This record gives sequence, structure tokens and C-alpha cells, in this order.
Amino acid sequence: MNELAQILSESVTRLFEDLATREVLEEAETGIWPENLWKELEEMGVMQALVPEESGGVGASWNEVESVIRAAGRYCIPVPLVETMVASWLCSSCGLEVPKGILTLAAGGKLEGSGSKVKGVLDRVPWGGRATAILAEAVIDGEDSIVLLEPDSGEKLAGQNLAKEPRDTLSFTNCAILTGNPLSKDFPKGLVELYGALARSVQITGALENLLGESVQFANDRVQFGRPIGKFQAIQHQLAILASETAAARAASSAACTAADSKKAFFEIAVAKARSGEAAGIGSKIAHATHGAIGFTYEHALHFTTRRLWSWRAEFGAEAVWRDRLGEKALDRGADNLWTDLVSQ
Amino acid sequence: MYDFQFEPCQLPDDTQALRAEVREFLKENLEGFPAVKKAATWQGFDSEFTRKIGERGWIGMTWPKKYGGHERSALDRYVVLEEMLAAGAPVAAHWIGDRQTGPLLLRYGTEEQRQEFMPAIARGEGYYCIGMSEPDSGSDLASMRTKAERVDGGWVINGSKLWTTHAHRCNQMVALIRTNPDPDSKHTGLSQFLLDMDIEGIDPRPIRDLSGSEHFNEVVFKDVYVPTERLVGEEGQGWQQVMAELAFERSGPERYLSSFLLLRELVKEVDPSDGTARRLVGRCIAHMATLRLMSLSVAGMLNEGKAPALEASVVKDLGTSFEQELPELVHDLLGIEPDPDGDTDLAQVLSYLTQVAPSFSLRGGTREILRGIIARGLGLR
Ligand SMILES: Cc1cc2nc3c(=O)[nH]c(=O)nc-3n(C[C@H](O)[C@H](O)[C@H](O)COP(=O)(O)OP(=O)(O)OC[C@H]3O[C@@H](n4cnc5c(N)ncnc54)[C@H](O)[C@@H]3O)c2cc1C
Repeated sequence: MNELAQILSESVTRLFEDLATREVLEEAETGIWPENLWKELEEMGVMQALVPEESGGVGASWNEVESVIRAAGRYCIPVPLVETMVASWLCSSCGLEVPKGILTLAAGGKLEGSGSKVKGVLDRVPWGGRATAILAEAVIDGEDSIVLLEPDSGEKLAGQNLAKEPRDTLSFTNCAILTGNPLSKDFPKGLVELYGALARSVQITGALENLLGESVQFANDRVQFGRPIGKFQAIQHQLAILASETAAARAASSAACTAADSKKAFFEIAVAKARSGEAAGIGSKIAHATHGAIGFTYEHALHFTTRRLWSWRAEFGAEAVWRDRLGEKALDRGADNLWTDLVSQ
Repeated sequence: MYDFQFEPCQLPDDTQALRAEVREFLKENLEGFPAVKKAATWQGFDSEFTRKIGERGWIGMTWPKKYGGHERSALDRYVVLEEMLAAGAPVAAHWIGDRQTGPLLLRYGTEEQRQEFMPAIARGEGYYCIGMSEPDSGSDLASMRTKAERVDGGWVINGSKLWTTHAHRCNQMVALIRTNPDPDSKHTGLSQFLLDMDIEGIDPRPIRDLSGSEHFNEVVFKDVYVPTERLVGEEGQGWQQVMAELAFERSGPERYLSSFLLLRELVKEVDPSDGTARRLVGRCIAHMATLRLMSLSVAGMLNEGKAPALEASVVKDLGTSFEQELPELVHDLLGIEPDPDGDTDLAQVLSYLTQVAPSFSLRGGTREILRGIIARGLGLR
């Protein structure tokens, strides 16, 4: 980790430690916005970490913010920091001015329009109802474009994921966009889903790191049959699998961040989301098995992480979606290119 | 808690020319090899092929030139290995010498031992096997009983080794032998020796595996005399020396590519519009790409002189699980019969891999032992 990454990661971790408390997580699930946490993050300037300096950001690379996003996953922070970071980066990458406030990413649904007006539906947008602006793809006058919209100009249907994070559906009828641009070669169709998937795979890694730490701790503390359950080989081997899955998610998501910095990241992100999504399922299962009944209660904090993992692995394309894309390409290219393609990424 | 470190490792651009060279070589030299033979890769013993690889300078690549090596980087070596495995080259004859014996001698061997043995390995003419397991000592390796007793000018060995891969085809065995019978010195009473396979009293007997093929052996030692010069490293340090090798042994590309040829045949045979096949292939690619990152990462760390033993165990556990799963996935997907005499390469390769797959998580330390090592790393033991 270089110096910038270190500073970013240490300062957000300190903040999360202080402000992403259980109380805050619980309140957020009832719809209370953690204003304090959000304000601190805004003041820190971390939302614009990926935005180039000349556009008012920090100019950090994906690899440099990777640890921030992982920490956001590890602490289950109940604000759209990650969405805002990615949306800000995509705005500046697509030549749009980066708006202030809460930004979010809409990967599901469909928008089309002409001139500066669009209509259509955006499905299950993270914090879509609360955002200042939503970044989405739209077909405008037949051209694939990226646009920013205000949620208030549409009709909102509030929804939530398993972790009770807001996932709001917005319908627009003849709504004026804030700004927009045609898509470019470096950022082609599917970019919102793609980079959303990257962010989720890094968050999943952080969440898995949390499961691993908590599960090992629990196994060392909980005593049955006169000894800590971590002394039982069956538990040890399950936790070894959890550690290996966590390491796999980390390796895949980290490589995807490196690739994102070079803007040719489709393969790496597909691998990262497919692999980390699989690890999320295995990891959650093992963490719950290790924790016994107490981990199945609302009282115990384990579920804040596992409910996120079960949702995050499905958002911005579940394993099935990314596997299909990887598989389609491989079958299309044929057996003779299978290995050469794998190592040329 | 231990934090597993898989530092990213990117292959330098100049490995591309080497990769192209290796591919060219393989295309020429694997012409006409049946798919099922390719599927054996690092199980396939072919001294003629190995000699050709030696001629190209692709054995002992990282070793000093004065020992027959080529002073190239560990990452160059990695590229050669993964290309060989992915193409299904029969590389068993030099695999152990290149992976283990050379590095062992570089670390612990005497100058004479290096000069005597390493150049032959690098030429593709020195074939090595590893004598560790015994009839009563598998996972509990340190319980081994084959013993060496000191005599004038050397040692006399009695006992037996079991499962010694290719012992009947190799020139030399690197054997781990008990030199101190004191029960208190379970781990400190072991030493490593280099044994010529053709000397008096060593008798390798091939054992047929479940498929009927013969690669591993029982090797009986009856009053085998070895001169002191054949002790490798220090007397009583054998256990430590062997443990130091494990990171090399457990993290290479052979730990996730053993079934690659099956995936290749599958991609060749299935209908590209078959949605189930597509999804399965995509999942395999996600696994392979991730395993490669992890395996390369360990190679990079080894290259920098680090000893990522835990990470290597993670790679082997995940990698062999994937290799073992592949024949099951293909069976599930296609429901074809694994037929050694089948009409298609796919049926033949499936038949071969279905039968060898159980060994993937046994050789080099069982899955259970690896998970125990990882759990210790996590602070649970
Ligand atoms: C194809 C093949 C090639 C081989 N080549 C070589 C070679 O060249 N040289 C060589 O020295 N050896 C070789 N081996 C031997 C290999 O290293 C051993 O098979 C391995 O170490 C396991 O020993 P074992 O077979 O005696 O099984 P055992 O140790 O008897 O184990 C049987 C089962 O019990 C489990 N078990 C054992 N102890 C524990 C424990 N403490 N906790 C939980 N579970 C446990 C094991 O994981 C396994 O599932 C080879 C094996 C195979 C299959």
C-alpha cells in the first residue's frame, strides 16, 4: 500500500470505528439517515478520491481507494459512500461535471429519450430516493449515453435490500436530465453495472474479512465440551475454507482494481464479481455455522454483514450473470484461444 | 490473527517473447500427441521430451550458470511452466529435479553436490524422485522409521519408502531418513540423502494404481551404503530443510492446472448456445483466473526471497479442490460415460481425469493437513 492509500484507509477506518456503530446501523435500518457519518466523510473529501485533481478531486487510483472500499464493506457503513465515489469517478471520466452531494449508480432498468428529456424506469437504485443525482445509461436520439438525473423529477417507489439498505425504484416520464454525454470507447455500454460490480466485489472482500475475524474470535472464545470450539478440527477446517475464500475474493477484486486503472477491465471485473460472489455465499454459511444460534439472532451483529453479502453478491450482476458473460466469450472464442485469452488479460 | 498476503504480481512485458517461444516449441513438439496423453502433463514421464526442454534452456532456469542453470528470473520460469502444463507437455521426468532438488542443493548442498548433480538436471538428463512417505508414515511424516546407521565413511540405510513417484525411472532419490533413533528427536533426528537408484540394495517395485498404470513405487532399502558426501545439508536438519521446500512445492501452476485439458476438451465439444455449459465454463474461468493470480503472487513473493508458506497452502487447497471438481462438473453437465476407449477425446480425457483426480488432494500433503496448517496460521491451533 502506498502512502496515499495508507492515509485514506487509516482515516476512514478511524471514522467508521467511531461513527458506524451498532446503534447507527440499527437506526439506518429504520430509515434514519446517519447525517453525522455522512458529513464527516464529506469533509474528508473521500467521496471525490477517484476524481482527478484538476476536477477538484484527490486523483487517487482504484488501487489506492481499494482499502477504503474494503473498509466500507468491513464496517457495513450504512451510507452510499461507495456509490458516490464510483459515480463521481464515472462522471469525470465521461466528461460530466461532478455534482456535490449524494450520488448513486443505476444499473437496472431502461431509459430512453431525445434531446435533454428521458423516460423510463430505474430499478432498485441504491439510496435512489435520497440521492442528489443518479448516474444512469440512456439511449438518447438513438445514441448510447450517460446521464445524470434528479430523483425528485421522477416517481419514487421505496424499496430495500436484505440489509435494509435503500433500493428505490424510480419512474420518469418526460423528465429533463441534469447533464449527459454520449458514451466513449473507454467507457462503453454497461459501464455503470461494470464499475458497480467492481465496487461490490471489493466491498464483499471487506465483509468477508470481517466474517473471518469475527468467526475466528468467536471460535477462540466460545467454550463447549470444556474447550474453545476452535480447538475442534471440524471448526478449524471450516475456518480455513473461509480464510481461503476470503483470500480468493481479495486477489480477484484487487486485480480488478488494477485493471480498472488501465480502463480495460471487463474480464477482471467479471472474474472478481463471479468469484467474490461465490465466496460470499460460502463465507456466510461458514460464519453462521460457527456462531451457532446466537449468530442467528438480531441481537448478534453477524447479520449486518451476512445480509449485506447475500444482497451484494446479487447486485450489479450476480455470479450467474458474470459467469454467463465469461462463458459466452470463451465458447465464442473456442478451445484454441481458451488458454491464450486467460493469460493475456 | 494472521493476515494472508497475496501481493499482486504482474509478469514483466519481456516474458511475452519467452511465452511465444515456448508456444512455438510446444506446437512443434506436441504435434500428434493424443489428448489423453496430454492430460497427464506433469504425471507424464518422457525423457526424450525432457531432454529437448533441457536443450532449450528451460530447466533450472533460475540457477547459476556454473551449475548448468540460466540465471533467469523465477517469473520467466513461471511462464514456461504454465505454458507447458496448459499445453499438456509430458514434464514429469524433470519436474522434481527442477522444482525441488536443484533449489534444495542450492540452499543446503555442498559445492561438489551442486557441480555433480545440477548440470545433468538442467540438461534434462537427471531424473529425481522424492522418498518421504513410508508404509506407516503418511501425513504423520515425522514418525518415519527408515533409518541410517553410521559406518566408516558413511551410512547404511535399512527400511522402505512408499508411493515414491517414478522411482523406477529416476537416477536419484532425495530421501528423508532417520539418523537418530531417539524417540525424543522425532523432528530433529531426520536427515536428507541423495541416493543413486542403481546402487546395491535399493529395489524399487512399481505399484499399479487404480487405473492400472504404474508410476509410484515401493522402494526397499537393504543395507544400502551411502558415503558421507551424499548427506544433503546438516545431519538432523532434514525436517527443517523439507519444510522450507514446501512453499515451492505447493503453490505452482500445477496445483490448479491438472485438469485444464478437460476444460479445453469441453469447450471444444459443447454447443456454444448451451446456456448451462456457458455458465459452467464461465465459473471455471473465474476460478482459474483467480487461482492464477494467487499462484503467481506466491511465485512473486518467492522471487523476492520471502517464504509465504501459508499462502502456498491456501493455493494448493483451493487449486486442488478446483482440479478435482472439474471432472465432476463435466460429468454433471454432459452425463457421458468416461470411456478410456471412447470415440471422443473428451470421453477419454474425462476417463483419465476422473480416475486420477482423487490423488490431487493427497500428493504433496493432504487437504486435511493443509487446512490444519491454515488454521494454525489463523491462530486456532
Ligand atoms: C499419486 C501419488 C503420488 C505420490 N508421490 C509421492 C512421492 O513421490 N513421494 C512421497 O514421499 N510420497 C508420495 N505420495 C504420498 C503422499 O504424500 C501421501 O499419500 C500423503 O502424505 C498422505 O499419506 P497417506 O496416504 O499415508 O494417508 P494418511 O496419512 O493415512 O491419511 C489418510 C486420511 O486421513 C487423514 N488424516 C491423517 N492425519 C490426519 C490429521 N492429523 N487430521 C485430520 N485428518 C488426518 C488424511 O488427510 C487422509 O484423508 C504420493 C501419493 C499419491 C497419491
